[in-house]
Parts: sequence; structure tokens; C-alpha cells
Amino acid sequence: MSDVTARFTGTRVLVRHLLRRDRLRLPVWLVSLVGLSYSSVVAVQGLYDTPQAIATYQRTVGTSAAAVAMSGPPVALDTVGGITVFEVSQVAVIGVALMAVFLTIRHTRADEEEGRTEVLRAGVLGRQADLLATGLVVGSAAVLVGVGIALSFVSVGLSTGPSLLYGAAVASIGIVFMAVSLVAAQVTEHARSASGLALSALGFFYLLRAVGDVAENGLSWLSPIGWAQAVDAFGGNRWWPLLLSLAGTVAFGVLAGWLTTRRDFGAGLVAPRPGPPHAARWMTTTPGLAARLQRGTVLGWTVGMTVLGVMYGSLAGEVGDMIEGNETLEEFFSQSGVSVVDAYFGTVLLISALAATAFTISSVLRLRTEESAMRAEPILATATSRLSWAGGSLAVTGLGSVLVLMGLGLGAGVTTAFVLSDAGQVGSLLVGVLAYLPAVLLLGALALVLFGWFPRQAALSWAVLAICFVIGWMGDLLSLPDWAMDASPYTHVPQVPMETLTWPALLVLTAITLALGAVGLWGVRRRDLRTD
Amino acid sequence: MIEVAGLVKDFGRFRALDGLDLTVRAGEVHGFLGPNGAGKSTTIRVLLGLLRKTSGSARLLGGDPWADATTLHRRLAYVPGDVSLWPQLTGGEVIDLLGRLRGDLDPRRRAELVERFELDPTKKARTYSKGNRQKVALVAGLASSAELLILDEPTSGLDPLMEEQFQDCIREVRTEGRTVLLSSHILAEVEELCDRVSIIRAGRTVQSGTLTELRSTHRTMIVADTERSPAALAELPGVHLAAVVDTRIRLQVDNAHLETVVAELAALGIRSLESHPPTLEELFLQQYAEQPAGTTTSPTTRTPTT
Repeated sequence: MSDVTARFTGTRVLVRHLLRRDRLRLPVWLVSLVGLSYSSVVAVQGLYDTPQAIATYQRTVGTSAAAVAMSGPPVALDTVGGITVFEVSQVAVIGVALMAVFLTIRHTRADEEEGRTEVLRAGVLGRQADLLATGLVVGSAAVLVGVGIALSFVSVGLSTGPSLLYGAAVASIGIVFMAVSLVAAQVTEHARSASGLALSALGFFYLLRAVGDVAENGLSWLSPIGWAQAVDAFGGNRWWPLLLSLAGTVAFGVLAGWLTTRRDFGAGLVAPRPGPPHAARWMTTTPGLAARLQRGTVLGWTVGMTVLGVMYGSLAGEVGDMIEGNETLEEFFSQSGVSVVDAYFGTVLLISALAATAFTISSVLRLRTEESAMRAEPILATATSRLSWAGGSLAVTGLGSVLVLMGLGLGAGVTTAFVLSDAGQVGSLLVGVLAYLPAVLLLGALALVLFGWFPRQAALSWAVLAICFVIGWMGDLLSLPDWAMDASPYTHVPQVPMETLTWPALLVLTAITLALGAVGLWGVRRRDLRTD
Repeated sequence: MIEVAGLVKDFGRFRALDGLDLTVRAGEVHGFLGPNGAGKSTTIRVLLGLLRKTSGSARLLGGDPWADATTLHRRLAYVPGDVSLWPQLTGGEVIDLLGRLRGDLDPRRRAELVERFELDPTKKARTYSKGNRQKVALVAGLASSAELLILDEPTSGLDPLMEEQFQDCIREVRTEGRTVLLSSHILAEVEELCDRVSIIRAGRTVQSGTLTELRSTHRTMIVADTERSPAALAELPGVHLAAVVDTRIRLQVDNAHLETVVAELAALGIRSLESHPPTLEELFLQQYAEQPAGTTTSPTTRTPTT
């Protein structure tokens, strides 16, 4: 057997093993991504069925900096196909990339960290077989998402060629980020930090193309997402940008393969350094321990959201430029008395607050991780009550959530203040972001209730966040009924600075949060510790 | 120190503890024996207030293990058998963390134990082997001056040298008059250290007492070489697991029938004779080899089943 094939021995067996392990997870990803895309495809066909409606869309949404920053370049918005691409991209682009990152890390570094790979590697298995097998499985999943989206387009009567091109573009994003994640999995020793690294890369490339698409300065060509969106589906319809994605995938894949030969099994690229032989006083209390365990996550999220805020702020100048010469919009904004910039921030702050909630939920669910990893047991066997254990961790969750939101608000506020030479923006955007705090914490409290009463189902908290995302992001497009819109706490938050800050809704949200928190803690106190 | 009677714990439809009894007296080292899945860890978790009992009674240091958990835990130290540590903390940090959260950590004793167990406290927990993680938990537990130590299979993964250190530590703890509940399936360790032993099976206590008591209520091991073939001995009442090779025989005999067997042997003409009480291992295996689960009876009313 040659050296090259020996490295991949056992790939076929491994592929079957991965498919079996993901027999539920893969269908859930595929069905949710394709299903969400399909519902938005259908909604678009219903809403934009006349030339007037299409023209209005091009003049309004197509010139909104917020929409371009989130969807991509406004291509062919004078056609239903172009509008469909623009709307579907909001979910599909990030969705397929997230799927690729989570699945890839799960089958590489997470398995290696847990010691499962060791059992396999000791058998007849090539050193790079797990990379190849993971790549094949996750790559195929991305292709299926692309096929599903293309079929959704064709099923409503859009032309086949451009539909397939767009499906291929979405699939290419998943495939590139699969390869990026393979590299991330080699660099760090921990699945958690490997995901963090891959997600940071995703965030970076997403922001790069957002700035590029809004400012039209070519930055988008430095991002794999930009390559995929350069296919101009329903516009120029060109296939060649996908070659860039292919080259990128091969480059990252080869890099990952090479890195496996440069490191020991179980290790990252950086050797662990010795640490302090004694614990600092501050970290031997329950809040101190939680702060020590979560400080990296809090810091990462705060920096990430600050960068996001800076990016949105830096576009504040373009927002006005984009509607210039567009009489309908200029008239609309001058009559309604709402500033274009404020309307822009109304949208982007809502989406950013939803993203920040992911920190809050994952921080609450740390309790569950500690419990199921049997690290809660030795703590609770000391003179530490359940309330103190959970309370210490939740204090860090609350404080961390404030920091993450403040980073977003200050990043956006300070940058906008510079761009528009208006110091008042700092305060108003900070208030605008912090107004979301009760809603963000409410979802955290819901996660606590699940943890306290149904610990094995605690991960359902993510489904709640996903629903709030759909309501907040796509509720208008899908024409959801009022009761459905009202189900999301984010709907009730006043969109400062576009709206004035009103307290009743925020106080109600806070009261619900506190009540849920109490119910959750009651559950934590009364139930058995469960490590299953 | 520990009074458990008729303890029942259900997980859904599965009954993990089925009327378990356990008494640990002040100042003793009490062995808690049973195979995997017998309910040792579940019992300990109920005693630590991590699980809520379904029925029966459990008292710990004169208090209720569930309601008074926090105050009781100041007076005990716990070492789990399956130690999971925070990967990003060093061993030293974990020892200090657990010690200070319990409320008593003797720095002198801590330093001495780190030395004795040859532990590098500056290494991150993720880089420790199973044995080293176990040492971290042992040092954290033994560095306290708590009056009760609850150890759940504390030496799994330790090498023989460290096992020796561990046994020395437990002897010192006993000398200081403190109490130890030692769950284990390393019988030599229990035989070496424990004053009294409780053997459990399928969530119930099958035997409890001092090692001498357990041995004397049972059988004697006999190895003999006789003039004439001893094969007929295997058929006598009360004789178990007999193995005959030519004129040599090895057997176990219920103590009630010991006299008959010795008389028969004498009649056959004894060339050599060894007899010894059963080791704990033999007792343990006998307990599990002969009794199907669910038909446990108290040791005194047990009837021979072969």
C-alpha cells in the first residue's frame, strides 16, 4: 500500500460511523435550513408578484445599508429571482456556515478531546482518515442544503440555471468553512476553543464582505462568502467565482492535513504551559470560579460584539448616501420624522442583540455542562449550597451579558459619532442596545428553568433562540400573525433611537425574567444531580 | 457517624437501592464492598445530599443529608472515584478551590501530601493522566482535618507505590480517631485497612460485620494430601468446590460440617494438611457465585445452596 492511501485507510468505515452518529442531527440541520429557505422563497413569490412591488423593493430594501450588510450585494433586484436570492441569503449564508463549523468540530477535535478518536486510531485507521471522512460527510451535507435550496427556487417557477448556480454558491460556503474548521481543529486542544476560532473566522469573513458590499470597495473579494455571492445569480450568472471557493477549500484542507503531521495526538499546536501551583484567593468562591472558567468566553464575545458594533457604526455614513436621489425614500423619511440612520440601527441592533443572546444561553448552560461532566459533584460535596453554586455562575452570566451588550453599543456608538460627527450617538446607541438586556436575560432565565426542571432537555433553549431569530429577522417577510410576533420578547423592546425609551414593556420583561429565574433555581434546589 | 436503614432510591422505574442498611461507627474505617452497579456510588450520593432518597432513612453526622447538606459538608471530605477536573485549572488550583470551599485546608498538610503523592501542582488538569487526576482529588480530600472521610473507590488508577502511600494516610487518619467510609472493590486494600465491612449487592446489604465475624460464620479452606483417595469427600454435606488430583484434595467446607470432614480426612490417613479461613476475596466470590440476584438473605439464616 502506498504512503498516500495508507493515510486515508478506513475512511469508508468512518464515513458510515459518522452518518450513524449524526442520523438525527444531520436531518435536523438539513430540514431546518432548507425549510426556512423554502418558506422565505414562497413568501417572496407572494409579496413581489407585480412590477410595482418589485420596483418598490429595489428602491427601499435594495438601498438599505442594513439589508445589504446582512444579505449581500444587491444583485438583479429588478427580478423576482434576485429578490429571492437577497432574502434567502440572510438565513442560508450564515446557516450553512454554522452547520459546517459545528459538525466539523464535533467530529474532529471534540472526539479527539473526549478520547473517542483514540479508540478508532488504535485500530486500522489512517492518520488523516478522520479529516477526510468528516470533510466528505460535512461537504455532502452542504451540497444537500444547496440542492434543497435550488429545488425550492425551481419549485416556485424560477429559472433552473440561476437557481442551481445559487444553490452551488450556498453549498460552496459550507464547504469552505468545513475546511476552515478542519484547520481550527488542529490548532487548539479544546473543542470549545476550536469552535471559537472557526466562528471568529466566520465572523471576520462575514464582516469583511458586509463592509465590502456596502462600501463597494472590493473587500468582498477577500472573503469566501464574497466569492460565493460574486456568482451574481439571476444577474450576471457566472460560475467562475466558485473556482476561488474550490481553491480555498483545497488550500485549507491541505493545511489541515499538514498540521496533523506537525502535532502529537491529543495536543494542539501550542504546548500547554505550567500554571500556578496555588489558587488565587478570588477564584476559590463560586462567583470567582465561574469568572475564572468563563473569562475567555466573556472576553471573546465582548471583543466580537464590539467589532460588530464598529462595523455597523462605520457604515452609518453610507446609509444616508444610499438613499440619496431616491425620492420615495427621502420623502418617506422626511415625512415620518425618523432619521435614516436611526431606522438602520433599529434593524441591526435587534439582530445583534439576538446574536448576543447566544452568549447568555451558553453561559447559563455551563451549569449543565458542569453537572454532566461530573464537575458539579465535588463542589456540591463541599460546604457549597446549590444556590451558591448556581448563583455564582449566573452572576457571571448576567455581568457578562451586560459587558457583551456594552461592547456592541459602545463600538457602534463611538464609531457612528466619529462618522457623523455627532457625539450624541454614543449615548443613544448605548441605550438602544442596553434596552435589549431584559429580553436577552429572559431567554437566559428560560434556559435556567429548563436546566432546573428538565436538565436533559436544556439544549432546547437554543430552539427558543432560533424561533426568536426567525420572528425578529423574517417575521415581516413571512407575514407572521401578531400573536406570533408578540411571542418573542424582542418584539416588545422599544427600538431606541428610532423610538423613544418607554419603561412599561421593559419592566414587564424584567419581572418575567425574575419570576422564571426563581422557578429555575427552585428546580435546581429540589432535584437530583444528574450526570446522564 | 452514618446510620442508613431500609434506604430505597428509584431512578424512574429502575430501583438502584432496595432497602440498603449501613452503619458506620465513630473512629472506624468501614469497607463498603460490592461489584460495579451494586449501588455504592448511589448510596454515597444520597449521603452527600446530591440525590434525594425515595424512602427509608439516612442520617449523617447526626443530621439529614439532604436538608442539612451544606452544614454537614463542613465536617466531611469526599473523594470521588471517577475524577473529572476543570481542564484549564492546575492541580494546585483545584486542591485549593475544593479545600477553601469546604472551609478547612491545612497548608502544611497540603504541602506534605503533594510531596508524598509526587504530584506536580503546576500542571493543567487536562494534561494529567487518570492516576494523577485521582491524586489531585485525594490530596484535596486528605488535606482536610474533617472528622469523616467518604472515599468512593479512591485508588482506581493509582500505581502500587501510591496505593501504599494511600494506605499509610488512612492508617494515620484512623490513629487520629477520625472515621472513614471506604468504598472499594480492591479487596486486598479493604482487608488491609478496614475494621468493619459491609458487602452490598443489587442495592441491598448482604453481609455486615468485622472481617473475623464474616470469616467465622462461613467456611474453612482445606488443602490436604492423604494416603488413600479422598474423592469421596466431595460428596459429603457442607463441602463445596472440591477438586481432587490423585491423593490431593482442595475444598471449602461449611464450618458446621468441619468436624465431619476432618474426621474423614483422618480416617484416610493424612500426609499433609493446610487450612485457613477464607480470604475476603474468597468470601466475596462465594457470595456472588452462589446466590442469584434478588434472593439475598441475611448471613445467619443462609442455607447451603449446593
